[in-house]
Amino acid sequence: MAVISRGFHGRARDKGHELPPGQYETTGFPVLSAGPTPAVSLDDWEFTVRTETGVRYRWNWQELMALPSETPTVDIHCVTKWSKFGTRWQGVSLDVLLENVESGAEYALVRSYGDYTTNIPVEDLLDGKAWIVHRYDDEELPAEHGGPARLLVPHLYFWKSAKWVRGIQLLDEEERGFWESVGYHDYGDPWREQRYQGD
Amino acid sequence: MARAAVPGRLGARLRWLEARLTGRHDESDTARTLVFDVPGWPGHLPGQHVDVRLTAEDGYSTERSYSIASAPDGERVELTVERIDDGEVSPYLADVMEAGDRVELRGPVGGWFVWRPDEQKEPVLLVAGGSGLVPLMAMIRTRRALGNRVPFRLVYSLRDPASQLFVPDLRTQDPGLDKTLLYSRSAPDGWPRPPGRVTANDLSAGGWPPDFEPACYVCGSTGFVETAAGLLVALGHDPRRIRTERFGPGG
Amino acid sequence: MTSEPGFLDGNAAAGDLESLFGADMTTASGQCQGCGRRMRLAEAHAYLGGPGTVLRCPGCEDVLLRMVRSPGHLWLDASGLDYLRLPAAAG
Repeated sequence: MAVISRGFHGRARDKGHELPPGQYETTGFPVLSAGPTPAVSLDDWEFTVRTETGVRYRWNWQELMALPSETPTVDIHCVTKWSKFGTRWQGVSLDVLLENVESGAEYALVRSYGDYTTNIPVEDLLDGKAWIVHRYDDEELPAEHGGPARLLVPHLYFWKSAKWVRGIQLLDEEERGFWESVGYHDYGDPWREQRYQGD
Repeated sequence: MARAAVPGRLGARLRWLEARLTGRHDESDTARTLVFDVPGWPGHLPGQHVDVRLTAEDGYSTERSYSIASAPDGERVELTVERIDDGEVSPYLADVMEAGDRVELRGPVGGWFVWRPDEQKEPVLLVAGGSGLVPLMAMIRTRRALGNRVPFRLVYSLRDPASQLFVPDLRTQDPGLDKTLLYSRSAPDGWPRPPGRVTANDLSAGGWPPDFEPACYVCGSTGFVETAAGLLVALGHDPRRIRTERFGPGG
Repeated sequence: MTSEPGFLDGNAAAGDLESLFGADMTTASGQCQGCGRRMRLAEAHAYLGGPGTVLRCPGCEDVLLRMVRSPGHLWLDASGLDYLRLPAAAG
């Protein structure tokens, strides 16, 4: 039996957009971190794709900037129950980065600067569904939101959109990431409310 | 005290208790004290905190942790809340809530950042940054309520006179409690110390020599705590006697 | 937004930990698997408000403990700790 706090509404939300089940709209942009914000200088930054056979593909910051970029505007859904509509990003589609990567792997483990990891099926990184983004709302992506660059996979719960992304390891067998190994769902589709293992 | 605090009770799972607001008053331009009646409250030790859960009519629910400001007093619990303008919870607690409104409380929690008057006989140094004064005030109030004679020193860093918390309470003369106020941005006219951040000299002059082996409690923002605890260690205080509590920007 | 570090003391996770263990865990001692540092859990760095509760070593920032609560289950991974020592209940 919940005790209702009269007059408490939380942040402004629910303006008639379609929300996944159990989600609430926020207009803010909460900062959720599972660890310290890594300091990554652009001189040292690199993004690596390593295949299941051990072949590595690398991009430094200048090389990333030289690739064609896109400006997706997407809704994002955090498993802590907030959703934010119409977020505007700029970055490089993973279709571009993975285009010439030789691999038959079905699974990916995304790694961040720091010790964060998350697992995603490779097909969910392709076909215009995922980006390495470096700008948010026409500004450089702030460090607390994952800058210099983060993964953006908006059709999955937002913990999959790893902040401070450093690389992707392609795998034949699924390997669980930071939150997935302590109960969060391997796939994490907000529309099917796949929050926890077994959902 | 009517009820003994029983932290760390094995097997007794924490429960959410219904709390009703019975009173509120302003402490400063941005902080307000809320007085709750909490049936079933098991009592607490000064320094402990409590989780607060708010639930909206549509089922949305969120939790925050707050330090308890009051000395143990039956089923009465006081929280002092600093309003964070873009916060989700503190504006509700500080501005919207009225007498009779309800929240849920879970606690008391935490057995580390506490002063145990039954066991601790050593001198106490309290170092507060801003609203970090709240759990330290609970210690001062508990000492006063008990007539305890353990010597206390308080070093309280605050932005300016208008942001001071617990003004009438700190004006009260407590024998054996020395108070030092450090203004970081602007001081009252004629104040001997120019405004500025806490220094080793402040903690040396307003605190205890390390060889008195005082228990040091440092509470404030993460940055303040890092600075003040680091200065205490540099002055020669044993890190094991320094207990810290960082306040987040949780809102 | 402040530029302060985003962690709190382990104290701040006291409610979550006590609801799991049934005892105050902030006074429990532990040893970091990564760097060997010993501490009370109250002294660990706590990252809260995300999908779960994360405690990290104040020395090396390695993960000591992760805890996730779903409607039906609690998950706990304390593999970053070599041991945990709890005070026995008084009385």
